[in-house]
Amino acid sequence: MYLRHAPFGFSLIFVFGIFLSAAGLSQTAHAVEPDEILKDATLEKRARKISAELRCLVCQNQSIDDSNAPLARDLRVLVRDRLKKGDSDTQVFEYVVSRYGDFVLLKPPFGASTILLWLSPFLVLGFASFILLRSYRSRLAASSTGAANSAALSDEELAALKRINEEDESPE
Amino acid sequence: MIIEIGHFALILAFLAAIIQTLLPLLGTYRRDNVLMAVAVPAALTQFILLTLSFLALMYAFVISDFSVELVWKNSHSAKPVLYKISGVWGNHEGSMVLWVLILALFGTLVALFGRNLPPGLKANALAVQGSISVAFLFFILATSNPFTRLDPAPIDGRGLNPILQDPALAFHPPFLYAGYVGFSMAFSFAVAALIEGRLDAAWARWVRPWTLVAWMCLTIGISMGSWWAYYELGWGGWWFWDPVENASFMPWLAGTALLHSALVMEKRDALKIWTVLLAILTFSLSLLGTFLVRSGVLTSVHAFATDPERGVFILGIMMFFIGGSLALYAWRAPQLRQGGLFAPISREGSLVLNNLILTSAAACVLVGTLYPLVLESLTGEKISVGAPFFNMTFGPIMLPLLVAAPFGPLLAWKRGDIHAAVQRLYWAAGLSFVAIVASFALVERGPWLAPFGIGLGLWIVGGALSEIIFRTKLFRAPIDETWRRARGLPRSAYGTCFAHLGLGLSVLGIVATSAWQSEKVVAMKPGQAENIAGYRVIFGGVAPRSGPNYKELVGLFTVTKGGELVTRLNPSKRNFTVQKQVTTEAGIYNSVLGDLYVVLGDKLDAGGYSVRVYFNPLVRLIWIGTLVMFFGGFLSLTDRRLRVGAPKRAHAAAHPAPAE
Repeated sequence: MYLRHAPFGFSLIFVFGIFLSAAGLSQTAHAVEPDEILKDATLEKRARKISAELRCLVCQNQSIDDSNAPLARDLRVLVRDRLKKGDSDTQVFEYVVSRYGDFVLLKPPFGASTILLWLSPFLVLGFASFILLRSYRSRLAASSTGAANSAALSDEELAALKRINEEDESPE
Repeated sequence: MIIEIGHFALILAFLAAIIQTLLPLLGTYRRDNVLMAVAVPAALTQFILLTLSFLALMYAFVISDFSVELVWKNSHSAKPVLYKISGVWGNHEGSMVLWVLILALFGTLVALFGRNLPPGLKANALAVQGSISVAFLFFILATSNPFTRLDPAPIDGRGLNPILQDPALAFHPPFLYAGYVGFSMAFSFAVAALIEGRLDAAWARWVRPWTLVAWMCLTIGISMGSWWAYYELGWGGWWFWDPVENASFMPWLAGTALLHSALVMEKRDALKIWTVLLAILTFSLSLLGTFLVRSGVLTSVHAFATDPERGVFILGIMMFFIGGSLALYAWRAPQLRQGGLFAPISREGSLVLNNLILTSAAACVLVGTLYPLVLESLTGEKISVGAPFFNMTFGPIMLPLLVAAPFGPLLAWKRGDIHAAVQRLYWAAGLSFVAIVASFALVERGPWLAPFGIGLGLWIVGGALSEIIFRTKLFRAPIDETWRRARGLPRSAYGTCFAHLGLGLSVLGIVATSAWQSEKVVAMKPGQAENIAGYRVIFGGVAPRSGPNYKELVGLFTVTKGGELVTRLNPSKRNFTVQKQVTTEAGIYNSVLGDLYVVLGDKLDAGGYSVRVYFNPLVRLIWIGTLVMFFGGFLSLTDRRLRVGAPKRAHAAAHPAPAE
């Protein structure tokens, strides 16, 4: 929910050696450099937010905000240039996508080919809840006699039960 | 010679694993006790042979025998001994040997300590365990032989990637693998139970402690990796939703669900069929993780397609075990007896909710990780699924679980009283409310949701403590009465308390550092200073220094607060001479409120250095939380009730219980 996005990097942890052809590794990920930062703090803040959602195209799962690859730097500067020219955030995204395609977006757009991606987590949750509810109902129906019996406890009995439960040190 | 012995031992271990798989299965089929009993010596033999093989490989690394190709590729004579040893598993071939070694270790533990298991169940479980060994040993021998020789032997090796030369990372893979592979126990027992067609009490008692051990190892493994990323990668990030991280996170989520459902099964004999399925799914996700990381499919679908040998092999293994076990499940599960009934509002009900959400969350991570790969291979369309996607889907799914977590332990089995639970949580809710108001009042910047996040974290912490407070009658009974009750509480109650407490602490750390991190990216010349979060960071210049296998440039920073010296920080840029690679070492000062994190960047053309200064509030709670969770798991493992009548000696050996 609050998980901060940052880039690649950690990938190596578990891979620990399979992709270790030292070539593509930019582990000293020094993203934004002092000279790139805009004077206008509001614009800069918007630029950082946009950068965090744009993929560094030559890196592995890294945003341009976190990458020190030259291409990422170019994109950061490009984003800032567009902002300075008065583009809105959406216009900046549109401009970048028109040049590099949807691949550049770390948050894939909602569309025909990604509808399953966006919906399936919630579909799984919904479907599983449905199955659960159904199986619960059917089992309840199957043993309705048992349920009826336990529902038929009188108030006195319930009070007694509660007392016993509270006396019991380990209700587990 | 030792290398050849290691190679030979690996081949013999493969044969032992074949025997361990076939004879016991034949034995249970024919009801032949002698054949079934073969499983035990076969498992022991396999483990001893694999240990030999692994030691031979380690020997080659420690003495820097560059006639072994693997050593030449991944080691260097100037490397510190610790990293020579960790270099054994710092590569594809060696890490696969470690993987099977741990698998065999778990098999051996069953063989040794499973004396009171029904012989059929034990034989079948060991056979299944053996079959996993067969598959992976065949994979190693056929495609990833670690003992390949070079002739003539090179003078020196190419060295281990410098960013992997780190203490936390040296021990990260063994823990992670112990977690991954540990879930194979639950899997083997699930499949064995399906083969037998019945789930008995012994099954239930065995699954939970082993799952717990695996879960603890995985928790620590993931946490170590995240901690390493935090201090080594140089910008204070700690989780990236990278596919490789997700590969280890999915089994963790499923394993956490399994841990909770096994609880229901053990205590109440309910949810049995679901627990079997979950055990299969959890290990399937472990296999998937191994496939994703080992096949190279993540770097690029095309790389996978051009050099598919290893990838296709593991894909085959994965399909066989997942497909086979699910088919067996579909065939056998309907014959299994369903367990007891329970009301929706009950301990069982709350654990079902836990399972529902954790499985959906695992599914979410699974879809997000695989979707781009599948889409590209089907349509050629390339998309990226990064952190923003997971924040928008995983977050909302997990939120209800975090809110509900405190209720679970307060509800009684079978039929719970929600009002009583709510009453016991009044003070936790109050604490959380005060924290929300205080956060709004004290912190002027940051997202408006953040104070609620803090409230949520404290709600979980308070909720975790509530059960103990309630059950010991703290403040409601004389102190000696409370003390007596506190001592009388089962360890598992404390285990739950600490595990949930750790979760709450991690949430607090995640929220605070995500919402309120301060950052300064500046060009600094010697003598200049920068203010952040009440600290004044003064740059004194740089100085060269050299280590065992690197040269570094150290930044000299002095940190003051209110004119008083707080600390000196020395972040550095290390240049590893062999690999011609540069790594960053951050300078970190740890205060109660958070970490001051300084990174030295490049020398700038305009003079001075690019410097990054961060203040990460409460960030350490993330890892402290995972340690507390680990401790909770440990307490639960030492619970008397788990030991009585259960595999007593196994736990005494694996995790010595403190004397009571």
